[in-house]
Amino acid sequence: MNFEQIVPSMPYILQGIWVTLQIVLIAGLLGFAIGIILSLFKIGRIPFLRWFADGYTSIFRGTPLVLQLMIIYYASPQLFGVQIEAYTAAILSFGLNSAAYISEIIRAGIQAVDKGQREAAMALGVPYNKMMKDVILSQALKNILPALMNEFITLTKESAIVTVIGVTDIMRRAYIVGSDKFSFLEPLLFAGMIYYLMVLVLTFAGKWVEGRMRKSD
Amino acid sequence: MIKVEGLYKSFGQLEVLKDITAEIKEGEVVVVIGPSGSGKSTFLRCLNLLEEPTSGKIVIGQDEVTGKKFNPQKLRSEVGMVFQHFHLFPHMTVLENVTYAPLKVKGVQKQEADQLGRELLAKVGLSEKADEYPNRLSGGQKQRVAIARALAMQPNVMLFDEPTSALDPEMVKEVLDVMKSLAKTGMTMMIVTHEMGFAREVADRVIFMDEGMLVEQADPTSFFSSPSSERAQNFLQKVL
Repeated sequence: MNFEQIVPSMPYILQGIWVTLQIVLIAGLLGFAIGIILSLFKIGRIPFLRWFADGYTSIFRGTPLVLQLMIIYYASPQLFGVQIEAYTAAILSFGLNSAAYISEIIRAGIQAVDKGQREAAMALGVPYNKMMKDVILSQALKNILPALMNEFITLTKESAIVTVIGVTDIMRRAYIVGSDKFSFLEPLLFAGMIYYLMVLVLTFAGKWVEGRMRKSD
Repeated sequence: MIKVEGLYKSFGQLEVLKDITAEIKEGEVVVVIGPSGSGKSTFLRCLNLLEEPTSGKIVIGQDEVTGKKFNPQKLRSEVGMVFQHFHLFPHMTVLENVTYAPLKVKGVQKQEADQLGRELLAKVGLSEKADEYPNRLSGGQKQRVAIARALAMQPNVMLFDEPTSALDPEMVKEVLDVMKSLAKTGMTMMIVTHEMGFAREVADRVIFMDEGMLVEQADPTSFFSSPSSERAQNFLQKVL
């Protein structure tokens, strides 16, 4: 093993952090937003929306993420009439995929909030939207924070598969450096270390936020 | 103030309320008693439409609340409710619990809401707990906060659904005392309870329910000394 030979390429690999982070952050936010909407559909009274949200979740959880990524990227001319960028396809597929998982997490979180909370808010004349936001979701989010963090960590690691559509994230860059030097172990280990550190930082950030939200306990 | 005519409520096959007709006048304190499963709580919950009546008519003030076009939020902002299990919002401080609805439903300014909230907490004897979270309070204190929270909307009517049934015995009195002083201010109140002593002392009228029917109503003195229906006689024999 000779790490010296990849030292000049390290900045190049490190620049991939930004690419990975961008994809994970935007996809995470997208997934969270769609996830909330889907979870509200799931607990709502409108049968069609419930059916839609359940079907959505079933399909996105029931097929490989890499397949979804490739369909969105390679089939985009047939789907949308234009070839979208790899970066956009990555964000879309990760966002849509994690929405399915996040919607299940949020649904369970909402249903775990005591029914009386909803009744108490209703009895005070609080409209549905405000009740959901201020009373139900804010309590649910606190309970599901560990699960959400877990999903976010999964997303960070899984984002490495964008390499198959040529997005130059950490993984892709490590691979490029490897084929350039005819030595794959060192750059891949280096990439692995970067992912691991990112996950550690996320874990600590999650614990910190959780601790702050436990104030009322 | 409240008029109920021919109220029916079913959960699926189960008929919980059968042909309830009653009237509550402004400033009146009505206590509803009866065996468990007699429909008392359901009756109360129909009055602010937490349960949707199957048929019948409810008029509160000028509004027919069972009408198709009626907006339940308006009704609920005018009718306060206190639950057996308090249902305080655990992620808000005591003061935030009390000010939440005035701020978000009525659009009262923060400063004004806080002032009103602190006044109400003083009234229920909990000024010093304003900035605590509910989980630091005893059951009796929680229920007093819940009463303050309902009063913060300045309701015309207060509904109490077994407000002391979940409390340890030594905390029952502090909650009943708050309710007594509230009754003295002329608040219209409807109370489902098992506290017969309280009913006798505070109620203007007692409604006795059994098997979903309003069996008997009378002033507390005559009800407790000589109930006219056999079912009420049996019930009182068991609880007194």
